[in-house]
Amino acid sequence: MTALLDVRGVSKRFGGVQALKDVSFRVEKGTVKALIGPNGAGKTTLFDVVSGFAAPDAGAVLFRGAPIEGAPPHRVAGLGLSRTFQHIRLFAGMTALENVMVGRHPRSRAGFLAGMLHPPWTWREEREIEDRAREALDFLAIPGLAGADATSLSYGQQRAVELARALASEPELLLLDEPAAGLNMRETVELAKLVGRIRERGITILVVEHDMGLVMNVSDEVVVLSYGEKIADAAPRAVQQDPEVVRVYLGEDGC
Amino acid sequence: MPASRLARIGLFAAAVVAVQLATQLAGKGFLLTQLTMSAYYTLVALGLSLLMGYAGQISLGHAAFFAIGGYATGLLTTVDLAARRGGGLVHALERAHVLVPRPDLYGGEALSVHPWAALAAALALAVAVAFAIGIPVLKLKGHYLAMATLGFGTIVTSVLLGTEALGAADGIGGVPPFPLAGGLAVGGGRTARIANYYVAWGLVALALLLLANLVESRVGRALRAIHGAEDAARAMGVDAGRYKLRTFVLSAALAAVGGVFLTHYNASIGPGEAGIMKSVRYVAIVAVGGMGSLWGTVATSAVLSFLSLRGTFGTLDDAVFGAVLVLVMLFSPEGILRLDGRAALAAIAGRLRRTEARP
Repeated sequence: MTALLDVRGVSKRFGGVQALKDVSFRVEKGTVKALIGPNGAGKTTLFDVVSGFAAPDAGAVLFRGAPIEGAPPHRVAGLGLSRTFQHIRLFAGMTALENVMVGRHPRSRAGFLAGMLHPPWTWREEREIEDRAREALDFLAIPGLAGADATSLSYGQQRAVELARALASEPELLLLDEPAAGLNMRETVELAKLVGRIRERGITILVVEHDMGLVMNVSDEVVVLSYGEKIADAAPRAVQQDPEVVRVYLGEDGC
Repeated sequence: MPASRLARIGLFAAAVVAVQLATQLAGKGFLLTQLTMSAYYTLVALGLSLLMGYAGQISLGHAAFFAIGGYATGLLTTVDLAARRGGGLVHALERAHVLVPRPDLYGGEALSVHPWAALAAALALAVAVAFAIGIPVLKLKGHYLAMATLGFGTIVTSVLLGTEALGAADGIGGVPPFPLAGGLAVGGGRTARIANYYVAWGLVALALLLLANLVESRVGRALRAIHGAEDAARAMGVDAGRYKLRTFVLSAALAAVGGVFLTHYNASIGPGEAGIMKSVRYVAIVAVGGMGSLWGTVATSAVLSFLSLRGTFGTLDDAVFGAVLVLVMLFSPEGILRLDGRAALAAIAGRLRRTEARP
């Protein structure tokens, strides 16, 4: 069976820095896979390669068996791959609901002409976009924020809106870039539950995260990167006991 | 369509009618000529407002698109192909009524392109040029984009000035009226002054309605998303480059429509219409009206274009628009006339409350 996401021998160099070196791993459908590693290990670069923001120098990225490496982000998003950002990027000057409605972009089609002429089919489409966006806000338990100016919300609320926006597109694969960053302990516990609920909907998740408690709690498998190279790819327990991983995280003289 | 948008269109229509009635009651019907002309300039400003406010792109070359529209229709509707009637293409075009006979200056018969066909050709030309310019230029941002579009405007102006076939410094004159339904035509005849006023502002109302629909649509949200956080918009499936390009082309097409109709209304067009100062003027109008505020743009354009056409600013005409632009950028880059009444009222109310609260 082909994996939902298949990263094959991906390398990426920025000037003198080898950000990724021959990285390969697979994400099976319906699972939660975590991507961990010290700062500068290449986690975000890998996310950028998978989501179309950066083209790899070598290697391939297969999504549902089809190559997507080098395709622009909007096309990758259209295929059913949605992402959040390490530093929250909400659309300024738009309400939370409008932000989430943009998430429906790949699942709707009204273009310039239809937008101007506003024929009846676009009324139905607009209603559908709004309904689905409200459902996403409900799912995140923030229906009350619909009308609020998105960028004026609290940090945790902005994270929730960003997640609702990514979910509104009904992705097959959801990439979460440090979703727990800046959240307090209670919010992090909520996030773990949320990841479980997203997975119950049949959405596959690839998550970059620093919070080890969260990683061990939610993921089926963990990939560990260090200086752009994969050093482990196994179940959370096994990764925790891997001497190489321990060395990378705690240093040569650690323990 | 939401009730608020209908109400605004209604208000706009009422204002247009009120102005016409006022000029009639005051016995100053002649003012309608400049009011009609300002409607066509308003079409340019409307497209530019969409481009600047929603796509976040600046163009210092929009007057060139106006001129492309005007010159295309001016040339096509005044060209005389009677001498080439022998040719197969000319014959075929005449049979298709694309070419129509009309009396020439000396009482003979000239064979020129029908104004409706000329309109289609002018639009096609403006759209083609906008695509050709937009594809390389819209990759630029900020100052670089401003410079590139400025360069484009300069090129168009010098081509117009240097081409004998386009009348060089004199431009094109003797452009026939543009026939509409029921014997009505867009042209300078005094009898049809009132009708022409309504045709022009009706066209603005139509453009306003279409653009107001657009900005509230999926495309409008995508454009605002690009403006708000471009990489996030792309991650949500928005093809940012394509949306910017389409907006640029749409705004160029609107400018060309304005150019076509004003040329028929004035029966002429000159190279000054493509000039840099004209482009700056459109940007100034949009800046005052508030970028992306379509209603603010219409209101500002109506007033400023009219005053300018009446010669209110005298020889300082260009200086006034330049100064307006500088002042807006210095003190209120968001625009001073954002027709966001609620925010303004809330601010005033807040100030009043604070004043009352003082002992």
